[in-house]
Amino acid sequence: MEGVNRTDPPARGPAAPAEPWWVRPRTDGDPGATVPVSRAEAPADGAGGGGRAGGGSAPAAGAEPGAGAPADPGSPHPHGPPAADAAAGQSATTRLPARPTLTRRRSGRMLGGVAGGVADHLGVDVRWVRAAFVALTFVGWAGILAYALLWVFVRQESAPVDRTVSRAEQLQALGLLTLGIGLSLVAATSGSVVLGWIAGPLGLATVGAAVVWREADEAQRRRWARDARTRVVGGRAALLRSLLGAGLVATGLAVFLVGNLDLGQVRFGLLAALATLLGVAVLTVPWWVRLVRDLGEERRARAVEAERMEIAAHLHDSVLQTLALIQRQAGDQREVQRLARGQERELRSWLYGPGGRARGGDGVATGTDTTLAAAITRVAAEVEDTYAVAVGPVLVGDAELDADLRALVLAAREAMVNAAKHSGASEVDVYVEVEPAAEGEPGTAEVFVRDRGRGFDPDAVDGDRHGLADSVHARMERHGGTVRLRTGAGEGTEVRLSMPLAQEGTS
Amino acid sequence: MTETADTEGRTDIRVYLVDDHALFRSGVRAELDRGDGRSPVLEVVGEAGSVDEAVAGVGHLAPDVVLLDVHMPGGGGAEVLRRARAAGTESVFLALSVSDAAEDVISVIRSGARGYVTKTISGRELADAVRRVRAGDAVFSPRLAGFVLDAFSDRPGAAPPVDPEVDQLTKRERDVLRLLARGYAYKEIAGELFISVKTVETHVSSVLRKTQTSNRHELSRWATDRRLV
Repeated sequence: MEGVNRTDPPARGPAAPAEPWWVRPRTDGDPGATVPVSRAEAPADGAGGGGRAGGGSAPAAGAEPGAGAPADPGSPHPHGPPAADAAAGQSATTRLPARPTLTRRRSGRMLGGVAGGVADHLGVDVRWVRAAFVALTFVGWAGILAYALLWVFVRQESAPVDRTVSRAEQLQALGLLTLGIGLSLVAATSGSVVLGWIAGPLGLATVGAAVVWREADEAQRRRWARDARTRVVGGRAALLRSLLGAGLVATGLAVFLVGNLDLGQVRFGLLAALATLLGVAVLTVPWWVRLVRDLGEERRARAVEAERMEIAAHLHDSVLQTLALIQRQAGDQREVQRLARGQERELRSWLYGPGGRARGGDGVATGTDTTLAAAITRVAAEVEDTYAVAVGPVLVGDAELDADLRALVLAAREAMVNAAKHSGASEVDVYVEVEPAAEGEPGTAEVFVRDRGRGFDPDAVDGDRHGLADSVHARMERHGGTVRLRTGAGEGTEVRLSMPLAQEGTS
Repeated sequence: MTETADTEGRTDIRVYLVDDHALFRSGVRAELDRGDGRSPVLEVVGEAGSVDEAVAGVGHLAPDVVLLDVHMPGGGGAEVLRRARAAGTESVFLALSVSDAAEDVISVIRSGARGYVTKTISGRELADAVRRVRAGDAVFSPRLAGFVLDAFSDRPGAAPPVDPEVDQLTKRERDVLRLLARGYAYKEIAGELFISVKTVETHVSSVLRKTQTSNRHELSRWATDRRLV
C-alpha cells in the first residue's frame, strides 16, 4: 500500500485546501451547529461577568488583586450548559490551572463571605484580603463599593465547606471591620461638614443593607437545604434580622433627609421619593439577582427536559412499538424484516435526514418531494414497506422534479413493484444517475432497477399483464424517454429507464 | 483476547474487530468463526470497544485486517485509523458501519480505509470483503460507489481539476463504478465491459487511491453539502 506517507494529506499536494478537507469548517458561511450554542450562551452569563467587571472598574480597585481578578473568569460557576462547557473544555483544561472558581464562602464568614471567597480564589490568607478591602476604603470608598458589588454578583459556594474559624480570627476580622468603618467615617467627616452629614446616615444605611443581604444569603442556603424545620425556626429570627436591617436603612435615609430639610419643600419631596426608591432597590437587590438567575436556570432545565421527553416519546412511538410488533410476528421472517427495515429507515431519516436531529434539526423532514432523489427515495420506501423486499436506492446527482421526471419516478416505481412481486428476489437494486447537460448535449436522468430473481421471457408475458407495457413503456414514451429491458429465465431482470432533462433545472 | 499460535505458515486471515457495541462484535465474531467453507479461513484474534483499546490492540496483535466501526466515542474509526497508521501499522482497514451518511463514508475512506461496507451486509459477503481487502483490493459497496461517482462528477460550475492524475476519473473507472453502484458483482462487471476481473480490481483500487488522495475542492464541498442517508 502506498499509505505510510499519506498520514498527513494536507502536507502534500499543491492543491487548494491547506488543511484536511474533512476537518475544514464549511466555507460558505454557514456555521456549524455547535458554534451558535456557545456563542448564544455568552450573553446569558454576561450579567454576572459584567457586574464583576463593574466592580473592577471602581476607582483604584484595578490595582487590588481581589477586585481585579473576578472579572477574568468569564463563566466560573456551573452556569454554562454542557455544550458550552464542552466547547470551551479543551482550551480551558490547558489554560487554567486548578484554581477554585470565585464563590463566596458560606461557612466561616464574617459578613458576606466575599473576602474569604476571594482569598480562596487567589490562594492567599484571608486576612490580607480583608486588610486590602479596609485599605481601599480610604481610596474613594472603593473597598466598600468593591465588596458590595462582589457580594451581589458572586454566588455562594454551592456545597458548604467545613471551616473552623478561631475566636482570635473572628475578633481580628471584627476589629478590622470596625476599624475600617470608623476610620473611613473619620476621614470622611474630617474632610468637610457636608460629607460628614452624608457619611453618617448613609453609613448607617449601608450597615442596614449589609444585614439584610446577609439574611438573603441565609434564606438561600435554607432554600437549598430544603429543611422545613430550619426554615420555620430561621423564619422568625430571619424576619427579625431583616426588619432590623430595613429599619437601619430607613433610619439612615430618614436622618439624611432630615439633615437636608432646609433645602425646600419641592426638593425635599423629590429627594424623599428618590430615597425611598433607592432604599427599596438596595434592600431587594439580592432577590432581584436571584430571580434573574433562577429564571435562567429554570428555562434551561425546562429546555433540557422538553428535549428529553421528545426523544423518549419518539423512541416509544417508533422503536418500542416496532420491537413489540416484531416479537409478535417472530415466526414470519418476511414480516419481521419488513418491520425492521421500515423502522431503520424511519430512524435514519429522523437522525441523519434533511433536518434530522444529528444535523441539529428537529427530525422532521421538510416539505414534500421537490427533487428526483427525494422522490425516488420515497417510492423505494413505499415498495419496501408494501412488498417486504429490501430496496436500496443509490443516487448520483439530482434534479428538480418536473412533469417528465415525475413520470420517470412513477415508471421506476412500477419497475420496482414488478421486481418485488414477480422476481422472487429479496433485494432490489436501484441506481439513479442524473447527467447534467454538457456542451451541446442535453442532460439525462437514468434509473436502473435490477433484481437477481428468476427473470422472465418478455415475449411470453400474458397480454393481461399490463404493468410493464402500460405503466412503464407507454408512460416513458409519452414523455420522450426510453426503456430497455434485459432479462432471461434465471438471470434476473434489469430495467433501464432513461429520460432527457429539460434544459434547465439540474442541480 | 486470545492469540492463537501461528501454525501451518499463517495462511489464515487474522481479523480484529473494533466496535463499541459488544452485541454487534459478538454477532460478527460468531458469523466469521462459523466460516463459509472457503479459504483462506478467517480467524478473529481480538476485539476492541474503544478508540484507545483499538489502537493498542492493532499495535500489539498486528492483525491482517481490522474491521472498523465508524461511529465511536472519542473520534471514531477515522481517529483509530489516524493513530494506528501514525504508529506504522501494516494492518488493512475495512470500515463497517451502520451509517450510510456521505460524510462518514468519505471521511473514513480518506483516512485510509481500504473499503466500506454497511452492517446489514451478510456474513458471507463480509467474509468475501475481508478476503478482498486482504488481497490488496478495495471494497466498494454500491452506495460508496455512488458517493464517489457523485463527488467526482463534473457539474456545471465545478472548479476545474487541479491535478488530472488524481482529480478526475477515467471513463473506464467511471463505467466500473457505475456498474458497482448498480449492484453488479466484479465478475458481472468484467463480463459487461469485456475486461478481466483483475482489470476491474485494478480500476477500483485506482478509484480508491484517487478518493483518498485527491485534494479536489469539489470533493470536500461535496462531502459536507451532501446530506444523504
